[in-house]
Amino acid sequence: MYNFDFVKPSSVAEAVKALSDDEAQPLSGGQTLLPSMKQRLNAPGTLVSLTGIAELKGVKREGDTLVIGAATLHATVAKEAAAHYPALAELAGQIGDPAVRNRGTIGGSLANNDPSACYPAAVLASGATIVTSNREIAADDYFQGMFTTALEPGEIITAVRFPIPQKAAYAKFVQPASRFALTGAFVAQYADGVRVAITGASEGGVFRWSEGEAALSSNFSADALKGMSGEAEGMIGDLHGTPAYRAHLVGVMTRRAVSAAH
Amino acid sequence: MPKDGGIGASSKRREDIRFLTGRGNYTDDLSLHGQTYAVFCRSTVAHGRIVSIDTKATADMPGVLAIFTGEDFKDVGGNPAGWLINSRDGTPMREPKRPVLAHGKVRHVGDAYAAVIAETYAQAKDAAEQVAADTEIEELSPIVDMAKAVANADNRVHDEIPDNLCFDWGWIEDNRAAVDAAIKAAPHVTTLELINNRLVPNAMEPRASIGEYFPGTGDYKLTTTSQNPHLTRLLVSAFVMGIPENKLTVVAPDVGGGFGSKIYHYGEEALVLAAARKLARPVRWTAERSESFLSDAHGRDHVTKIELATDLEGNFLAIRTETLANVGAYLSNFSTATPTFLHGTLMAGPYKVPSVYVNVKAVFTNTAPVDAYRGAGRPEATYSLERVIDKMCRELNLNPFDVRRKNFITPDMFPYATPVGLNYDTGNHGATLDKAMQMANVAGFEARVADSAKRGKLRGMGLSTWVEACGLAPSHLAGVLGSRVGLYEAATVRVNATGNISVMTGAHSHGQGHETVFAQLVSERLGIPESSIEIVHGDTSKIPFGMGSYGSRSLSVGGSAIDRAVDKIVAKGKKIAAHMLEAAEDDIVFANGNFTVAGTDKAKSFGEIAFSAYVPHNYPLETLEPGLEETAFYDPGNFTYPAGAYLCEVEVDADTGRVEVAEFICADDFGNVVNPMIVEGQVHGGVGQGIGQALCENTTYDENGQLVSASYMDYAMPRADDVPFYNVDHSCQTPCTHNPLGVKGCGEAGAIGSPPAVVNAVIDALHRGGYSHVKHIDMPVTPSRVWAAMQAK
Repeated sequence: MYNFDFVKPSSVAEAVKALSDDEAQPLSGGQTLLPSMKQRLNAPGTLVSLTGIAELKGVKREGDTLVIGAATLHATVAKEAAAHYPALAELAGQIGDPAVRNRGTIGGSLANNDPSACYPAAVLASGATIVTSNREIAADDYFQGMFTTALEPGEIITAVRFPIPQKAAYAKFVQPASRFALTGAFVAQYADGVRVAITGASEGGVFRWSEGEAALSSNFSADALKGMSGEAEGMIGDLHGTPAYRAHLVGVMTRRAVSAAH
Repeated sequence: MPKDGGIGASSKRREDIRFLTGRGNYTDDLSLHGQTYAVFCRSTVAHGRIVSIDTKATADMPGVLAIFTGEDFKDVGGNPAGWLINSRDGTPMREPKRPVLAHGKVRHVGDAYAAVIAETYAQAKDAAEQVAADTEIEELSPIVDMAKAVANADNRVHDEIPDNLCFDWGWIEDNRAAVDAAIKAAPHVTTLELINNRLVPNAMEPRASIGEYFPGTGDYKLTTTSQNPHLTRLLVSAFVMGIPENKLTVVAPDVGGGFGSKIYHYGEEALVLAAARKLARPVRWTAERSESFLSDAHGRDHVTKIELATDLEGNFLAIRTETLANVGAYLSNFSTATPTFLHGTLMAGPYKVPSVYVNVKAVFTNTAPVDAYRGAGRPEATYSLERVIDKMCRELNLNPFDVRRKNFITPDMFPYATPVGLNYDTGNHGATLDKAMQMANVAGFEARVADSAKRGKLRGMGLSTWVEACGLAPSHLAGVLGSRVGLYEAATVRVNATGNISVMTGAHSHGQGHETVFAQLVSERLGIPESSIEIVHGDTSKIPFGMGSYGSRSLSVGGSAIDRAVDKIVAKGKKIAAHMLEAAEDDIVFANGNFTVAGTDKAKSFGEIAFSAYVPHNYPLETLEPGLEETAFYDPGNFTYPAGAYLCEVEVDADTGRVEVAEFICADDFGNVVNPMIVEGQVHGGVGQGIGQALCENTTYDENGQLVSASYMDYAMPRADDVPFYNVDHSCQTPCTHNPLGVKGCGEAGAIGSPPAVVNAVIDALHRGGYSHVKHIDMPVTPSRVWAAMQAK
């Protein structure tokens, strides 16, 4: 790790100001940033910690919407979202291990947009809204490919607003080494239709599986997806699975999510 | 009624108290006045010519004390291979120099070509980065694939070695014609091509070394993560650095796992000593996890074709194997023994197979050196054999239990000379197979298959019956086979004047539990409480000599040395007792801690004898020296041959191909058992590693020689939920006939016997589930591989 300066503002405004420095980088739970710094692959001049900002934390219900502060820990979501949006809480409770869940934050995960992360699937399948320091971004506009998002430099995620579905579930097939999602499917049923988001599988990052959505919107059952799988073209191929395997898992994991939806 | 101490008791591991409470003393825990930090520059390319290393800019950086390159070591010796293997044509193996730091060429990603010593770790890291930036390496075409390596004479890992071939070894060459003829004439021949996957050792504690030099005396001290400090001292002294053995102390304090990877001497150890001498300050280095992945000696990495000739009833007629064994870029110390004498000699397994021929070509590649890893050669042999037997049973529609049973060497046939050079002293393979089948409830298997099917899972059962040769090693035989060292063990038993005992052993514990087990041995023999016996290991200045721990040798060889030293203590004690009791020495009996005149109640306690030896007022000084301390060197008469039957049940998720181990049953024959709990733990650990190899561990170099699985993000280690609750038994005991304890090794057994049981179970599950086209899946049997195999109809 190279030397760096560290600041810990107590308000979003102060954080935005600190991030106006080109060499500054925001730090939330640090689950990706700190390991890359330890390996000297990343060398920010200043780390701006977002974990001291009270307004970024917490899970609260606002009518049919669940609002989660960006600096809320996975462990907190697992616990506090359970009564409101159980599928989301279950997803949070399956991220990494206890150490990860008690450091990592939802905002950090979404800002990083790792193609194998779990949260992007929930956010996209829920049609959630990403609230930032200067605007609101619809999930469909937010995810722009592997490690790429609509965030501008210096823009901070402050909260995520999840419309609460009638039924939902997340089914994750883990990569054997990292236990990130090799392919994960989040299925959410709303009054106006079903949304299916797939993480871990595509070279383009999290995506909506439109064929699956169409089939499920007319018949929300695993049988509706019988024999269906994703398109191998554009899927990730690596040590742990070929594009064809991931495309196959898109169908399998979506079926499992539908069967588990509650 | 279980004993509460001594041989046969499950004494709690005394060392665990310090390990579990953070009071262990590992190399990196040591902090020395004036210490400095070494950081290594490692090649980022698999194969390259070092054009220039410009250290001028680095030398002026803050805190930089010294910079070393390969040039600084070009006149010192290389790190040698411990075994000389001759090729089939009688020519000796090709043995390139393995320098302290790469010189001229870098030969694998992670090959260290320079080192920087600085006041702080951060300064050393910065400086090493600068050296790397000021180094020009001309990239050469990488040699990664073994078949291509031997086929291409022009592209060489070592310029002086054409076709990248270390040796082409035949075992036994005299068997070859008979085997060829038997296979040609056989009613049935089953052929299987398989890969024994390369493994990264992943000891929990990474390698670490601290060098010290004392200018006042010219003494050196190396504190290092070693499984055998005396061998490291020998290699540093006699081969690499030329430091006289009497001026070098090597200490291996608590060591957090080795699995073979810490047997060997590595260049980092020589570097910290050289730097300490230059600076007259302590120099320390601890590997980062990434360095461990790239530079620890890896394990396995065989590509094998095995042919099994049988009659139509499954009676074995002959076995022939051809193997390409990867030795990586340089020969690590045991690397030439592992694919040969630890592999070819086991190719008959526990079976009476008339003729066997093994051919192994060892190949240099631009990858990390490959050497012994828990099991070392024997897992490779067992996997090939147990897989091909399983395939033959399917081809001939024979029951795999019956086939193994009818080919077993039976108890009445021991001692049994195999066609591949071993002489099994004892065993009862039918007993362990019976035991395993009984533990497994084989009769209930079909019901379990049906139950799994209800949950969408394909259930299968896999069997492996294995034997291995361990307790390394009879020196005379090892010498005949090419070993350049002896493989005895040494021990000193020092009875202190107050009657408690210090035992100095050349075996080294890096997690095994020697401090507990050796105390049990001595306690049993001398009638002294275990708590009064201290086990001292890992320090060349305290211990007479030793060959360390590997090859499941600690108890059978090291324990036997302790036993022999105890014999001498008892013999001397009898002399002292005879004098004190005014009796003839031959009339003295030692039992339960007392020296007694036979047939009388005249007795002296062990403590009284010890005291008398150190305060010899009433003592036969004319004929006997005072003191009570004895040393023994024990050289085993043979290997020990543990054996067992392993049964694995798996469930395969038909949708995803994911394999879950549902049951794992081990019926082992380890001969006499000193501490059943520790033996069970050794089997658990070994089987865990075997399941890891079979299902998870996926060392992968790409075509450029980059290690793709170079971190835990991609290298899948087995985790607690990847393994089942094991069902382990070692009640079938045929005691070893040639060591005084009647014990056999248990440390590697689990890793040797388990991988084929797992893979056989997966293939069985697929066959039962209707995927009978799947004949084989290479390890690791990952979900994506299983799924792909299921699709490839």
